[in-house]
Amino acid sequence: MVPLSWYIVLSAALFTIGVVGVLTRRNIFFILMSIELMLNAANINLVAFSHYLQSLTGQIFTIFVITVAAAEAAVALAIIILLSRNRGSVYVDEFNLMKG
Amino acid sequence: MLNQAIFFYFAVVILVSAILMITRRNAIHSVLFMLLLFFHIAGLFVLLNAEFLAAVQLIVYAGAILILYLFVVMLLNVDKEAHVARANRFWPWLVAFGFVIVGELALLVLRGSFPAESGKTMGLVGYGVKELGIELFTKYLVPFEIASVILLVGLVGAVMLAKKTEN
Repeated sequence: MVPLSWYIVLSAALFTIGVVGVLTRRNIFFILMSIELMLNAANINLVAFSHYLQSLTGQIFTIFVITVAAAEAAVALAIIILLSRNRGSVYVDEFNLMKG
Repeated sequence: MLNQAIFFYFAVVILVSAILMITRRNAIHSVLFMLLLFFHIAGLFVLLNAEFLAAVQLIVYAGAILILYLFVVMLLNVDKEAHVARANRFWPWLVAFGFVIVGELALLVLRGSFPAESGKTMGLVGYGVKELGIELFTKYLVPFEIASVILLVGLVGAVMLAKKTEN
């Protein structure tokens, strides 16, 4: 029997890897992929609790998280295409138009 | 015992492929590690008796979102960055920050006790796709409809944003 705490620690570790990826990488594409990592970590957590509490609410929540992640990935990639077309670069430290 | 071994395999591959995914220089390698990650997360879902979610994870995440990422990588030529800095200046601090966060969370979780485990009546049968469908369409009908609106907005928005303006 796998204890519930193992699933939570795995989810926390995956989430932290996603956070470090978002904060560290300069290429906006990798930042977006790290956001997907964070969403997947939340999904693991939800499904683990759904299994251990014998309730379906976690799985339904996960369906909605996957749905929102799909819509968000589509719109975010469209924004990246626009950014690359207008600013010519994909590195976030070069997007400093609002800098005083 | 076998359960724990399978979970251990999935967990190790998930964490290793996640770490490799955020540190690659080549974006296509990173997307391929993301594919590996998604497959193992789907395996974890099967281990947790959520077969429908495993299938949805593979179809939507590995089959749609990942392909979208691959297409944008090919479109934007973010392929090979030979002599460009991958990370910003503060990355050692941020990695240390990550270790602190995960250490703190692991300490809190492993120290606490979860009442769900004390019963040990986790049945292998109980909830399947049929019950998931019934609950989705009766109790969670409004979020379901709102999710369809979100998908519509995402579709229209992505097309509107990325199309070429004709002047």
